[in-house]
Amino acid sequence: MKSITELEAIRKKALEQMSVRNQDVRMRVVVGMATCGIAAGARPVMNAFLEELKRRNINDVKVTMTGCIGACRLEPIVEVVDEKGEKVTYVKMTAEKAARVVAEHIVNGRVCLDYTIGAEEKNK
Amino acid sequence: MQIYRSHVLVCGGTGCTSSNSGKIIEEFEVQLKNNKLENEVKVIKTGCFGLCAQGPIVVVYPEGSMYTMVKPEDVKEIVEEHLLKGRIVRRLLLSDIQTEEDTSAKSLEKVDFFKRQLRIALRNCGIINPEDINEYIAYDGYKALAKVLTEMEPEEVIDTIKKSGLRGRGGGGFPTGLKWEFAAKSQDDIKYVCCNADEGDPGAFMDRSILEGDPHSVIEAMIIAGYAIGANQGFIYVRAEYPIAVKRLDIAIKQAREYGLLGEDIFGTGFSFDIELRLGAGAFVCGEETALMTSIEGKRGEPRPRPPFPAVKGLWQKPTLLNNVETYANIPVIILKGPEWFASIGTEKSKGTKVFAVGGKINNTGLVEIPMGTTLREVIYDIGGGIPNGKKFKAAQTGGPSGGCIPASHIDTPIEYDTLVQLGSMMGSGGLIVMDEDTCMVDIAKFFLEFTVDESCGKCPPCRIGTKRMLEILERITGGKGEEGDIEKLEILAKNIKASALCGLGQTAPNPVLSTLRYFRDEYEAHVRDKKCPAGVCKSMMHYVINAELCKSCGICARNCPVKCISGQRGVPYVIDQDKCIKCGTCMEKCPFKAIFKNV
Repeated sequence: MKSITELEAIRKKALEQMSVRNQDVRMRVVVGMATCGIAAGARPVMNAFLEELKRRNINDVKVTMTGCIGACRLEPIVEVVDEKGEKVTYVKMTAEKAARVVAEHIVNGRVCLDYTIGAEEKNK
Repeated sequence: MQIYRSHVLVCGGTGCTSSNSGKIIEEFEVQLKNNKLENEVKVIKTGCFGLCAQGPIVVVYPEGSMYTMVKPEDVKEIVEEHLLKGRIVRRLLLSDIQTEEDTSAKSLEKVDFFKRQLRIALRNCGIINPEDINEYIAYDGYKALAKVLTEMEPEEVIDTIKKSGLRGRGGGGFPTGLKWEFAAKSQDDIKYVCCNADEGDPGAFMDRSILEGDPHSVIEAMIIAGYAIGANQGFIYVRAEYPIAVKRLDIAIKQAREYGLLGEDIFGTGFSFDIELRLGAGAFVCGEETALMTSIEGKRGEPRPRPPFPAVKGLWQKPTLLNNVETYANIPVIILKGPEWFASIGTEKSKGTKVFAVGGKINNTGLVEIPMGTTLREVIYDIGGGIPNGKKFKAAQTGGPSGGCIPASHIDTPIEYDTLVQLGSMMGSGGLIVMDEDTCMVDIAKFFLEFTVDESCGKCPPCRIGTKRMLEILERITGGKGEEGDIEKLEILAKNIKASALCGLGQTAPNPVLSTLRYFRDEYEAHVRDKKCPAGVCKSMMHYVINAELCKSCGICARNCPVKCISGQRGVPYVIDQDKCIKCGTCMEKCPFKAIFKNV
């Protein structure tokens, strides 16, 4: 080790790899991963969230899973919960939609209204 | 770089390893592969989480769910339920959080056991992979070293440690900064930095856990100490009975060398430092500083008189700084967070936190780190979960063979160096053995004395002969052959040995006897005068009897008796032949009608 910059670079890289263990989170992305969710394609959606967050260097948002929410016809379902506990439920998610949710909702704080459960129900 | 959505941390400390955590890791790897999750979930072996009684422990992130008493058979369920479907396996959670409503986060901090703790020395234990230097660096590892080498003068470093109020965590509690200053002021071209990892107290495993869980914190602190006092070589004296600690230290030293954190020209500052391991063969006296250094020199580990102190003439007659593992583990944090922060924790004369290995008659056996000044009651009831089977708390033994017992009447005493000494005990390295009403205090004193008699190096007569004589008297008392005057003889011997022994081992060896005499003299007297052991422990003074009215003459006791000393027949109560009985207690345990009693 010849410099502090070198140490700092190692620290940043290692921290990124360990970010999943960080308990100080700003937001949580909860992906429905029951059989219905998995069958509808929840796994690529979850991976898309992970990759998008990583690409943008966002370490204070945690991606977790949950079981069946009950609305299997709307799977894959993803809930984004902010630090106040406010919850937004996105339905019929895809990897592309996930990238937009990260960009608009998580980074800029604008809820993607057209993907929400309310919008879906109205369209019916 | 591979991204994992989940990390599974499996405890790899000595406690959990011995209850099969290695098998659990293997099983996770198999099950993850079966479910095609091996690229999504990473399994990491960590150091001790502290809750050894509930081991093996598995923590799954990002949820932070803490699973306890995990068996290899449970792994399939954790993988299929939690990792595949996101459903927390509630039955494996600690019982005090099983009923909680919120299922999304079950973080460690929520558990009663951790709530009242403050982890400074144990900050990374159970959090990082001790065999990966990158994980230590991620949590600010070697940052304190970088700061010290590039921004601070050696005097500033020593000043920081002095201001923090840190006292040695190995026993006596000598101010650490002052020790560093003495070593720095000694003029010599060669100096050494030593780490005492020869933890030998019965019931103590703090240092082992730190070495197993976070070896780099000790290495980093030793390099800082080397810079502060002007040394370029360090030695870690670790007992060979700690194979996991030895292995992880070995790995850590190699990794630090690869990264150039040990060796020549660290951080391009021109400062060089390296560390070697020395394995101790497990002699208790080698934890005493002068004996430890004699042992490192390759000689028989016997103590020598002080002064000269090691800071003046230590290893190979050169000035040497010797601190214990836990003391070192505090150093990097003090440098990074500042001495004022550290001094704000604890009490006026005891700053910071202390790690205790809590064992004995307590529900949550394990490793706890508490701010100084926490009361014994908080440790035993709030963190330790109280005494099992509804028994009463009788005393806590601290400081191992050098310490003494704190009786229940002093349970609200804040734990710090000076209060413990006032009570006739000491902080010691931090073993804390909890005893309930079924413990005989004379027997406990005998146990510790047996230990010191075994471990005495034999160099000085007070320790070699004196402790042996004390033990003989104690054996007589517990054997039901105590005589009037024995207690007084014990006291005289104890005081003389304390005053005349050569090193800490002998000077403190009578402490368990003196402190039990101070608080439980009546028990000694009952043994000597009435030939009775009030706690019902000393075998020679008690016997098992069958209550004829309660006995249903089922014969279970007779069938289970290993020496066949119980006789009887259908319809007639059974009787125990007291001459043949070996007092093993099997009959009492097996009797379905609770008709057998221990008569004291």
